Amino acid sequence: MNVIETTQLVKTYTTGSTEVHALKGIDLAVEKGEFIAIMGTSGSGKSTLMNLLGCLDTPTSGSYLIDGVRVDGMDRNALAALRNEKIGFVFQGFNLLPRTSALENVELPMLYDRSGRKRDTQALATAALQRVGLGERLDHQPSELSGGQQQRVAIARALVTEPAIILADEPTGNLDTQTSVEVMALFQELNEQGITIVLVTHEPDIAVYAKRIVEVRDGRIRRDEPVKSRRSAAYDLEHFEEREVA
Amino acid sequence: MKSKTLVKLATQSILKNKMRAALTMLGIIIGVAAVVVMVAVGYGARTRIRAQINNLGTNMIVITPGAAQAAGVSQGAQAFPNLSLKDVDKIRAEAQTVSAVSPVIVSRTAVIGPSGNWRTQINGVDTDFQTIRDWQTSSGDFFTADDVRSIHKVVLLGNTVAQNLFPGQDPVGSEIQIRNSVYKVVGVLAAKGQTASGSDSDDVVLMPYTTASDTLSGRAFIPQILASTANEQDIPAAQEEIRTLLRESHKVSDGNDDFTVKNQADLASAAESSTQVMTLLLAAIASISLLVGGIGIMNIMLVSVTERTREIGIRMAIGARGSDVLTQFLVESIVMGILGGVVGLLFGYTGAKVLGHFTGWETVISPIIMLIAVGFSGAVGVFFGYYPARKAAALNPIQALRYE
Repeated sequence: MNVIETTQLVKTYTTGSTEVHALKGIDLAVEKGEFIAIMGTSGSGKSTLMNLLGCLDTPTSGSYLIDGVRVDGMDRNALAALRNEKIGFVFQGFNLLPRTSALENVELPMLYDRSGRKRDTQALATAALQRVGLGERLDHQPSELSGGQQQRVAIARALVTEPAIILADEPTGNLDTQTSVEVMALFQELNEQGITIVLVTHEPDIAVYAKRIVEVRDGRIRRDEPVKSRRSAAYDLEHFEEREVA
Repeated sequence: MKSKTLVKLATQSILKNKMRAALTMLGIIIGVAAVVVMVAVGYGARTRIRAQINNLGTNMIVITPGAAQAAGVSQGAQAFPNLSLKDVDKIRAEAQTVSAVSPVIVSRTAVIGPSGNWRTQINGVDTDFQTIRDWQTSSGDFFTADDVRSIHKVVLLGNTVAQNLFPGQDPVGSEIQIRNSVYKVVGVLAAKGQTASGSDSDDVVLMPYTTASDTLSGRAFIPQILASTANEQDIPAAQEEIRTLLRESHKVSDGNDDFTVKNQADLASAAESSTQVMTLLLAAIASISLLVGGIGIMNIMLVSVTERTREIGIRMAIGARGSDVLTQFLVESIVMGILGGVVGLLFGYTGAKVLGHFTGWETVISPIIMLIAVGFSGAVGVFFGYYPARKAAALNPIQALRYE
């Protein structure tokens, strides 16, 4: 089953009299359990694509389904509910609430849940933080955590609602090389547990940890192929430490 | 989101910016405190005036001459010397509902006692005056009907007069001199304190009206007639009866009355309405600061929305709807308003008590006023918080997320 299915997705921005064709017809299908990397330079349209896949924006034309739900034509409230239910975001700038504990940050998506089901938000948030290896830092505020740890909190926040997709927008953009590999190791681990991950990046070094690369250029998909020599982040990490020691 | 979560969220957000929140709330605090103090003083003044008016005597009716309109011009009460003893007798004899009636002949003159003199008001009255004004004697007795009939030179001293002419002694049985006549003191009136208009009701000497008319005024007309009924319900009927009787004897038709009949409630409402206007005025001025406080909340909420654009973006990305964001900011400004209202109420309460203590003004703070004060400041929060909250809710999540 496809968690993402887009048909001739077009997005055109109009600024004054000039029209910018950000996406010129994207056909993309992502199966459950995949780990894809969307690559492209700035201005390629990858950010627009990611905003559409994240249900933050609506397309000019074309249609798409997220986890079997038709998204185009939805209003703001329906989009918000869909984001809450189906999508977990991980951003480049971490985007945690400042002066708010890790636990409360991870609890946040569950506060906006409208399905009415009763959940122990605190227990679920604690479990999610343990899953990303931050079980000991529940009460730490973002300012008391390193960049890598902050990104882990963000991943825990994305995980906690058990979404159909985790959408990671340049998640390693603000991190040093080792921390980047650590975060990728976490993503690979989560993917092996069956979670679908869509990674947006412009770094080829990072994209090789995904299973499939989709390259966007000038608003169209130019390349869509499996990663030939996929790397294991966990292995690289060990290798990394050996190199450090040497 | 649950309302408990919302309030917790708002409180946390306010606590993250303690200084700013405190300064913002200061406007509301000062506004509410000012309104509470003003209303407390105003209510105190009204309560006091009401007590003073009741002090005049219960169920009292006051009849004064004139005050009718002649060719559209209201005539002063003294313009018509047309109340006479005949009117008093007629009311006494024919008005069913009137239980006591007394003329009041007023004169101002000096009273000479053994140890000095005292300028005061001399009221010539009938024995019923005691009933009408519900005025007991602290020593001696009221003069009798026989004293009135026989024009005896007897007087009752008001408490103030007694203390000035006979300091430290009981004047009953002594003699005082008014103009060229000597009068015997038969009693001293119990102290009544200030009147509603602020004059001393104990600065008075009472004597039989026959004596006053004979020795002091030399005039036949009466400036005032007082009457009273046995119980309160009879007052309107008594007033109507008096009017009918006086129209009959003055040969005037309805609408051209050359006299005025007022009851205590009229007097009270006149006095009260003036203090009420004053209270309203003061409260209106005080509420301007509440308005300014509200604008302060709006200002800070607008700044806060801009500052927290990214936070709003994050919340929206993970599933907050516009209405969730709206409610969050609205609750924040309401909490600030109510918190400011409660603190303002405490300050206002203390302020009113301190003011009352140092000035001797009575201050009254009713629970209703407390509720209104807090409720109103919450409403200020809603009113001035709505615009910034709506601005926050209308943000585009993509732009909000990119906001630096």
